[in-house]
Amino acid sequence: MSTHVNPAHSAHAHGHEHHDSGSSTVLGFWLYLMTDCILFATAFATYSVLFQNTAGGIAGKDIFELKYVLVETFALLLSSITYGFAMICAHKGNKAGVIGFLLVTFLFGALFIGMEVNEFHHLIVEGHGPNASAFLSAFFALVGLHGLHVTAGLLWMAVLMLETRKRGLQPRTLTRLSCLSLFWHFLDIVWICVFTVVYLMGAM
Amino acid sequence: MFGKLSLDAIPFHEPIIMVTLAGVGVVGLALIAAITRFGKWGYLWKEWFTSVDHKRIGVMYIIVALVMLLRGFADALMMRTQLALATNGHLGVLPPEHYDQIFTAHGVIMIIFMAMPFMTGLMNIVVPLQIGARDVAFPFLNSLSFWLLVAAAALVNVSLGVGEFARTGWVAYPPLAELAYSPGVGVDYYTWALQIAGVGTTLTAINFLVTVIKMRAPGMKWMQMPIFTWTCTWANVLIVASFPILTGALALLSLDRYMDFHFFTNDGGGNAMMYINLFWAWGHPEVYILVLPAFGVFSEVISTFTGKRLFGYASMVWASGAITVLSFLVWLHHFFTMGSGANVNAFFGIATMIIAVPTGVKLFNWLFTIYRGRLHFTAPVMWTLGFMVTFSIGGMTGVLMSVPGADFVLHNSLFLIAHFHNTIIGGAVFGYLAGFSFWFPKAFGFKLNEKLGKAAFWFWQSGFYFAFVPLYILGFMGMTRRLNHTNNPDWTPWLYLACVGAVLILLGIACQLLQLYVSLRDREKNEDVSGDPWNGHTLEWSTSSPPPFYNFATLPVVHDIDAFTDMKEKGIAYARPACYEPIHMPKNTSAGIFIAAFVGVAGFAAIWHIWWLAVIGLIGVVASFLVRAYDDDVDYYVQPDEIERIESAHLKKIAKQA
Repeated sequence: MSTHVNPAHSAHAHGHEHHDSGSSTVLGFWLYLMTDCILFATAFATYSVLFQNTAGGIAGKDIFELKYVLVETFALLLSSITYGFAMICAHKGNKAGVIGFLLVTFLFGALFIGMEVNEFHHLIVEGHGPNASAFLSAFFALVGLHGLHVTAGLLWMAVLMLETRKRGLQPRTLTRLSCLSLFWHFLDIVWICVFTVVYLMGAM
Repeated sequence: MFGKLSLDAIPFHEPIIMVTLAGVGVVGLALIAAITRFGKWGYLWKEWFTSVDHKRIGVMYIIVALVMLLRGFADALMMRTQLALATNGHLGVLPPEHYDQIFTAHGVIMIIFMAMPFMTGLMNIVVPLQIGARDVAFPFLNSLSFWLLVAAAALVNVSLGVGEFARTGWVAYPPLAELAYSPGVGVDYYTWALQIAGVGTTLTAINFLVTVIKMRAPGMKWMQMPIFTWTCTWANVLIVASFPILTGALALLSLDRYMDFHFFTNDGGGNAMMYINLFWAWGHPEVYILVLPAFGVFSEVISTFTGKRLFGYASMVWASGAITVLSFLVWLHHFFTMGSGANVNAFFGIATMIIAVPTGVKLFNWLFTIYRGRLHFTAPVMWTLGFMVTFSIGGMTGVLMSVPGADFVLHNSLFLIAHFHNTIIGGAVFGYLAGFSFWFPKAFGFKLNEKLGKAAFWFWQSGFYFAFVPLYILGFMGMTRRLNHTNNPDWTPWLYLACVGAVLILLGIACQLLQLYVSLRDREKNEDVSGDPWNGHTLEWSTSSPPPFYNFATLPVVHDIDAFTDMKEKGIAYARPACYEPIHMPKNTSAGIFIAAFVGVAGFAAIWHIWWLAVIGLIGVVASFLVRAYDDDVDYYVQPDEIERIESAHLKKIAKQA
């Protein structure tokens, strides 16, 4: 990765003293993702402890619609693939390809968020909002935490599309694209855990 | 318009608070007037506030820590006075609702706003120098972390005059911390201050991990990293792995309070023990985050002042690693009384006892380093020796309480209070104070007054025993923590004695303030010309005191654990290179201040439910971050002639002294 990110610096005699050089940034961002991973672990642990505490109200199997969530899941998984295509274009220096694939990724991500918001809205209107029970609190917090991350990722993606269009694929932009790539794939992995632990196991 | 905020939020009816505020106001105005009078605002802004130099950020961290130490200690003094007065039917001077805020603020301030910044400050000043680097991996992020801490500390201090602070104890356990039982803004001040400070801490840890991974001097292998850097690195691993748990737990508590969720409430299926488990899954690693760097300081101090290499370097590194791992396996010992059953309690009890093993390894390493060495009894050494005795006692009372049966008796008693002060003061704080006097000449170019330093130590040391041995005894006698007044005549003499201890520590702090003044006055007499006042072993002593902003004119090449000793033995220390090369350095930036200010505004707005202001704050954060992200003018090259000039001046000074 580092050779792609910052080719100008690799041959430099004092490469290691450079601030914010690409490989340091990607390593630092990866460490941040590990802290995020633990934040999600906290939310998962809370959900696991509280998911049976329905306070006499509805449980997971009463409200989860697996087919709907499967469509959501595929939207997000496909967005990971298209982000991968965007990165291939980036390493080839194909600016238009990067912007195009990021746009497709963005649309898949937006579809995912739209469906999630719709699901939440539906639940709240039916009286199954987060205030109804500890189970629903934990459900909304865990799924919502992931949703907030995806939303932040979408905003970041919009900014990077603009940056790529205006400034081209400079080393700094490539580093940022790499970081968002890590972030996006990470959220995909977390979603697979959400899908399994919350929806599949909950619907059983 | 202003949410819950109104003029009623200012406690006009509390004379103690109003007098304190007036005092703070007068001192603050005097400070502002003095800075204006001497025209120093520009200097402070350009050279300090906007600095991305790790040494200056470190100094600012320690200044914040010392100011907050004074505030936290004032709380301690008030509590001890109250408990000495409020016996046998007297109610003392502090009403319960104020007293409850004081013990909460004392805990939060001492852990999050005194110990953490003190540790972070030492790490900032020393670690890049020890690994032979010119800065940290992300200098701007470092500045941002610091200013986030300042924003959080400001919120805690604002709570004194606007509204209230939490009355829940520093752990903010639900259901007490829930809206039903803490309807005021106190708990919200607590959660937002901790969240903001926590983000800063996490960013610092990431920053320093990348720094030691990527920026060690040429030749420096992992097992050649100075021991203080190693212990800081383990602490950073702990931060990265544990702080997100606190973030999560506090966020869930806030959802309960703000949006009527049911995580930890009594109704709706909530489970308060979930919070308590999460809190200590962070809280226990946190105490090792505090103490591991202190262990590193003691190691540096002992090996430097015996003139010997540290005994058992590798075992020291791995003992710290073992503590790092074990610290995640013991959280349940904070609430054996939860009722999780004998087997679960036995597991956590034994895991807790096992931590004594690597800690014992460290103690013996220090003892063997002293053995057959020639120990110089300087102030840092006094702190270290005081630590070795005091911390051992604290460790043993800890092992005692790790027996679940014993813990059932001692849980929530003053015995516990005595135990953790025994380890945190006798371990972490003594370590920071040792590090403070050890590295002070490096940061400022002159040594601290030894006599006053030793006087401070003896007051602290004796004051500590006077203050906390009575608490052990009171714990055995059945006195529980967080009492506002007592009526047991058997306890009274011990409460008096504990108050005397607090006064002795006050004298110790007074000696330290006096020491700063006297040392500043006599700075020319105590100047550290060579940059190596203690015949040091590691790279931070190879450069001038204070170091030039680029730290090292040429990057040192490392062949040994004690890299600078190795250079001195080979006669290549202070060698002048054939020529200097340009050095790439980051430019100062005010972005960190602006981002942190917007974060602080958003936090204040959230505390008082002023939602429009919170939105403005958030937009400000994103906008100022984007401005920084698209700023292309962030670095520059120091030219060889400037380096030549700075280095020649330093070498000339050394030659003159020799």
